[in-house]
Amino acid sequence: MLTPSEIEEIKHEVERAGRGLNASVEALKIVQRQRRWVPDEELEEVSKLLGVTTHELDAVATFYSFIFRRPVGKNLILVCDGPACWMLNGHMLAETIKAELGIGLGETTKDGEFTFLPISCIGLCDKAPAMMINDDVYGGLTPEKVREALKKYR
Amino acid sequence: MSAKDPQAYPLTAGMEMNGKAVGLQKYEALGGYEGAKKALLQMGPAQVMQEVKDSNLRGRGGAGFPTGQKWSFVPMGENAPNTRYLVVNADEMEPGAFKDKFLLEGNPHQLIEGMVISSYAIGASVSYVFLRWAYKEAAKRIEQAISEAHSKGYLGKNIFGSGFDHEVRLHTSAGRYICGEETALLTALEGKRGIPRAKPPFPQICGLWGKPTVVNNVETMANVPHIIRNGAKWFKEISRSSDGGTKIYGASGRVNRPGAWELPMGTPLRELLEIHAGGMKDGYKLKGIMPGGASTEFMLEEHLDTPMDFDSVPKAGSRLGTGTLMVMDHKTCPVGLVLNIMEFFARESCGWCTPCREGLPWLTGILRKVEHGDGNPEDLEILNEHIPLLGMGRTFCALAPGAIEPLQSALKYYKQDFEAHIEKKTCPYK
Amino acid sequence: MAIIFIDGKPYQAKDGVSLLDACLSLGFDVPYFCWHPALHSVGACRQCAVKVFKDEKDAKGKIVMSCMTPVADGMRLSIDDPEAIKFRASVIEWLMLNHPHDCPVCDEGGECHLQDMTLLAGHVYRRTTLKKRTHTNQDLGPFVNHEMNRCIQCYRCVRFYKDYAGGKDLDVFGCHDHVYFGRSRDGALESEFSGNLVEVCPTGVFTDKTFKKHYTRKWDLQAAPSVCVHCSLGCNTLPGERYGTLRRIRNRYNQSVNGYFLCDRGRYGYEFVNSKIRIRTASVKTNGAAPADEAAPELAISEIRKKLNGTHEGGIIGIGSPRASLESNYALRELVGAENFYHGVSDTVFNMMGEIVRIIKDGPVAAASLEDAREADAVLVLGEDVSNTAPMLALALRQASRNAPMVNLAKFKIPHWDDAAARNAIQNEKSPFFVASFTGTRLDGLSSEKPYRAAPDDVARLGFLIAHELAPESPGVPDASAEEKSLARRIAVALRNSKKPLIVCGTGPQSIHILRAAANAAWALKRAVPDARIAFSLPGCNSMGLALMDFPSGRPVSEALKRVQAGGAKAVIVIENELDESIGKEGAEEIMSLPCSVAIDFIATRTSQLAGVALPAASFAESQGTFVNNEARAQRFYMVMQPQNKNIHGVWRWIMEIKAALGTEKQCPEIDALTAELAKRMPQFAPIADRAYFPPPGFRIAGMKIPRQPHRYSGRTAMHTNIGMVEPKPPADTGSALSFSMEGFYDASKKQKIPSALLTHYWAPFWNSVQALNKFQSGTGGPLLGGESGKRLMEPSGSAPAYFTDIPEKQKKAPGPSGANNKGFFAVPLYHVFGSERLSMESQAVAGLCPEEGQPFIAASPRTLSALGLNKSDTMELEIGGAVFDFKTVADEEMAEGLAGVFVPKNANIAADLAGLYSKLPAWARFLVKTERKQ
Ligand SMILES: Cc1cc2nc3c(=O)[nH]c(=O)nc-3n(C[C@H](O)[C@H](O)[C@H](O)COP(=O)(O)O)c2cc1C
Ligand code: SF4
Ligand code: FES
Repeated sequence: MLTPSEIEEIKHEVERAGRGLNASVEALKIVQRQRRWVPDEELEEVSKLLGVTTHELDAVATFYSFIFRRPVGKNLILVCDGPACWMLNGHMLAETIKAELGIGLGETTKDGEFTFLPISCIGLCDKAPAMMINDDVYGGLTPEKVREALKKYR
Repeated sequence: MSAKDPQAYPLTAGMEMNGKAVGLQKYEALGGYEGAKKALLQMGPAQVMQEVKDSNLRGRGGAGFPTGQKWSFVPMGENAPNTRYLVVNADEMEPGAFKDKFLLEGNPHQLIEGMVISSYAIGASVSYVFLRWAYKEAAKRIEQAISEAHSKGYLGKNIFGSGFDHEVRLHTSAGRYICGEETALLTALEGKRGIPRAKPPFPQICGLWGKPTVVNNVETMANVPHIIRNGAKWFKEISRSSDGGTKIYGASGRVNRPGAWELPMGTPLRELLEIHAGGMKDGYKLKGIMPGGASTEFMLEEHLDTPMDFDSVPKAGSRLGTGTLMVMDHKTCPVGLVLNIMEFFARESCGWCTPCREGLPWLTGILRKVEHGDGNPEDLEILNEHIPLLGMGRTFCALAPGAIEPLQSALKYYKQDFEAHIEKKTCPYK
Repeated sequence: MAIIFIDGKPYQAKDGVSLLDACLSLGFDVPYFCWHPALHSVGACRQCAVKVFKDEKDAKGKIVMSCMTPVADGMRLSIDDPEAIKFRASVIEWLMLNHPHDCPVCDEGGECHLQDMTLLAGHVYRRTTLKKRTHTNQDLGPFVNHEMNRCIQCYRCVRFYKDYAGGKDLDVFGCHDHVYFGRSRDGALESEFSGNLVEVCPTGVFTDKTFKKHYTRKWDLQAAPSVCVHCSLGCNTLPGERYGTLRRIRNRYNQSVNGYFLCDRGRYGYEFVNSKIRIRTASVKTNGAAPADEAAPELAISEIRKKLNGTHEGGIIGIGSPRASLESNYALRELVGAENFYHGVSDTVFNMMGEIVRIIKDGPVAAASLEDAREADAVLVLGEDVSNTAPMLALALRQASRNAPMVNLAKFKIPHWDDAAARNAIQNEKSPFFVASFTGTRLDGLSSEKPYRAAPDDVARLGFLIAHELAPESPGVPDASAEEKSLARRIAVALRNSKKPLIVCGTGPQSIHILRAAANAAWALKRAVPDARIAFSLPGCNSMGLALMDFPSGRPVSEALKRVQAGGAKAVIVIENELDESIGKEGAEEIMSLPCSVAIDFIATRTSQLAGVALPAASFAESQGTFVNNEARAQRFYMVMQPQNKNIHGVWRWIMEIKAALGTEKQCPEIDALTAELAKRMPQFAPIADRAYFPPPGFRIAGMKIPRQPHRYSGRTAMHTNIGMVEPKPPADTGSALSFSMEGFYDASKKQKIPSALLTHYWAPFWNSVQALNKFQSGTGGPLLGGESGKRLMEPSGSAPAYFTDIPEKQKKAPGPSGANNKGFFAVPLYHVFGSERLSMESQAVAGLCPEEGQPFIAASPRTLSALGLNKSDTMELEIGGAVFDFKTVADEEMAEGLAGVFVPKNANIAADLAGLYSKLPAWARFLVKTERKQ
């Protein structure tokens, strides 16, 4: 269920952008902020606030990479799989994460603490290889630095 | 890099290496918002447009379309629709590109000033920044800059008492490379699935919510205040080519000093690589350079003397694109790199048109086979065959044509590497 | 007209169309997927690539998508260019990367647009070794089967469903090569046009689920041109038969009527033809006991002869039917004599039909065809719930709602066929569109302002006000409120400022005032806008035919009852009718208790059960005849198949048999002769004698008949071996120019035109799917070659309007909740597309979608309910017209205050007294507190 403050925020967006799909992405992001993903129930609530059907809203939600329609762990690890990072062996970082957390790409730890996903180039090519954990960015990574970074979120 | 001459390095003059943004005060001290004031108080919209035309500013989003000319397609005058929009393309999802991020984080007010002036020129009372999902820091800084500009009266009602009202809105996207394509961007901004639109009608005629809309890149916008402040003539003079102004160049890969720098437009590739990027790292030799992101063709050693501007790079068989070099060294497998790039494009295809939606995953599959040693000569034939099939005009938008540019040039320049994979049944770089 | 050069040769093409359209219209085989003649261009599939050249000297040329390129005079293009050919083959190769290679077991096989285009584009050899991606399928309800792996992502489904038909529960999900077309979750598709997905989808993703239950190969279907029997619009259909069962219905294109589409009631309502409630044998009731089984027809006829002995002259009355053909009604009328012929409809319907005929005939405004409706640019819907009573008219109005803003496209230089661009340019702008109704309708979303919700008389008053605003000499409404006046003014202004305004009304609300108000408005409008039209929705597929038969005289069934009560009749023959619907249970029983009562019908009805003799009639699929639709367009339907046994005959033939038995006529004419006779005898039907529209049985092309079976029809020598080893001779069809065979004339070259009225299937070399249609049209989306397949019978006389002057009084408010015996509503009839039409309710798929599980209900606003002390899920007893009925209560937010919508589904289990309820509506209803109601 959406919280009253989420409903307020979404209504505000709808007011600004108009009814229909206009504010769909903003609204879905509001839902994701606390929950980290968009469950069916909330999708339906949002669709009502926007004045569209769940089908119409889900069509938008499933298009975008960072609207999640499946549960996501508390911490989202996004390792860049762009070419600049690839050239500097960025793809090897997955092994470190697997060793540390036991999860591969697309997986979530059993305790729901971490989800590990790829992300295309995050504009840190000059500091490759790079990754993001939640809103924090990390560049110039080595296995050691990855382990170090992960510690902060445990 | 401190105390750069704002006349020579207008975009980055005040920027510091500590990663902080140029604050409003400092920006004002450097002459910030004077361009806007001049435009709004002393010039008419047509005059602003003319100045930008005269400056020969070409779009920094990759295609280099003359900015002033683009604006001039917007219907103006009494019979024109009175709602118009300016949208700044800050999606920067091109792999290997990070120049817009550099400007957004480094000097958000510069962008906002550019947006005010440009909106004035086309008569837009609302403009949008369409920002990439991952640029969280930039988002914060833009939001802050918008609110600062508001409190100073640089945004809002009756700016500088000119009677011109303007609001800037930030839209943070939710991912998808295709949303950088200007028409897909508009569809996405409308809250729909980010599918491109056919052109014509061009956005300038029928864009956001069916209204006339100009889409410009962040760097393009950042240039506008300086053009207005210092004039078109100055802008042309600081360039080393016929395209006006400076350019944010950058480099990544195994070079000694990866990074981004503002340099006169037309700075030769060699200078970028050898001086600014500090040359190749020890033990690594240059094998190829993608000059402007993952959708540009490789350039080789022999192309190093190419002036990096919109007209010269094509003569060397590539495109200036974003101007941020991806440098490939001789120990990197070109097949593997092209595979990495193709995986990206296949995944980012919007799914609308057949050649891109189906063709790119097929090419990816073939490249994967070849890279892993399972390829055969027919696979190379299929790869080659796809180059014209995915060219401009064959697909609905320019994503797929961009996607095959690196493949096309790799097949040309690194043919032996492909063949070696097939002959040896493994990747020789492993 | 523009001259374009295709592979060096000059051709004439229409200006402003797309190159693809032009090429197809000229008969060229350019493959395509995302384009559709009614949905136009979006440029997604890239299949339609051709090469264009700048000028004569340009040898290199440029590949373009023909669907996205406008025709320009002097243009040079090549379809045969090797580069274009290679590209088109590649598009197929891409699409086939993931498409299953299992045509032999695919439901679409044989009429698959992808199969066709694959052959046409010349892709043969599979080169990829990659794994195919797979999807899960969804349960989309009873109509449409879903098999997502077959998808080639042409986007036609969502473009039809969402953009064209306004559906909101089918969409595209995901991205890149994972895009998925379906619903967010499993569930029955909500749009009443969902079945068109079957024809719109170029592959086997969306297929006909009802057909799947008794599947047969597409080329094994025997078909004939037919007309839908499930509402008054007369949509053209192509029913298909195999082994004596009707297997499915497909759209039959008619530019003036349904175009490319059908509604789900029309597509899926056919199963009554195969159903258990068919009367397949004659039955004779002896001594009032249960009918004797399997009475031989001769026995039945002799029974009639016995009973009628001596009473023939003036003693027999005939009751005709709005769902029986013109020929059947005519035959009955001839048998009993015009003065003894009664229309099998209620007084209300009879009076409304008379008024409608008068409005069309005597007034200056033409009745709108569906094509007119699609082209309208301003709409006023007065009272009729079109989506439920005439669904395809609602679909047409949806298109009309886009027309006014389309005019602005010129400003942007956007051609009207550039669909995505047009939609973007138009955004949410709509044509002026006004809805006045009792409750919410599915057209409300198109409405320019909040729909006007009111009782029938108030809706009529609004109409009169609008008319008065448009023309002061049309009478005003003296006691109208300022609000009503200003609403009327806004509507009047919007209508007057349009070019093709359309007023829509119908018999649904059962209010003659609404019809008159609509007529006044249309007539008043006509003075300012010459192209103004009026559209009527009527109760039955041949209501208009029946009404025209006796216009301006004739009598409703109540007169028959009076006659019976007065002892003026000894025998009655009822055709295709459920009498209690028009005269009530008791009335029906009284009429049917005459010494001789005969019912001729194809389904068992309460009436046929009351009858002394019930005769098995042929359904539309087993007979031939003429229906006259809502705009008075006479259309001919042909026998799709032989009746299942020799006892079953067309109603008209049974009547001829009776006539012969009574000794007045010895020779039974052919149906064709009957039609000709009727056209001659009744001037109002004279146009149907036009032999171009109505080719005689002797009509031949190159000495041949037109085959009902496609030339690939298989199994003919084997299909009857369970009966006998000798291949039976195909039955002869002496009534039409069609044959029950695969031999005959068929040519898709556009050179020798098959009369469009006789086209039984669309096929051309390379074109097995419905898209083959383009080979039979003069230009895509244009009229069929070979002449019209229907004839309008009535055009306005053009005289100045005699405005109606009796303005109803304002609807009285309900007495309110003061005292148990004083609680009332004003009860109005409600309709549902799945539930309000008897025949389609015999289709399980349709019946399953009837609201409230096929139970009758009363819908009222929550406020009205609570004022009466009711909850939304209560049941209640309601007294209407002296009878008391039990109803479930449904809260309806949209229902106008003080009104109660009555819904009675037309299924077989409905009690006879309830069945007649509609004939009494609208009326005051008294609500009785149910004694055993829980507190
Ligand atoms: C697939 C694709 C992705 C693109 N991504 C971006 C982008 O991220 N940022 C950008 O500025 N332009 C991008 N472009 C170019 C834009 O479509 C557009 O040309 C540009 O924003 C115009 O700005 P300019 O005139 O200032 O260069 C992309 C184009 C394509 C075809
Ligand atoms: S080329 Fe086609 S599928 Fe690819 S992104 Fe553009 S429109 Fe979408
Ligand atoms: S039919 Fe032209 S692109 Fe699909």
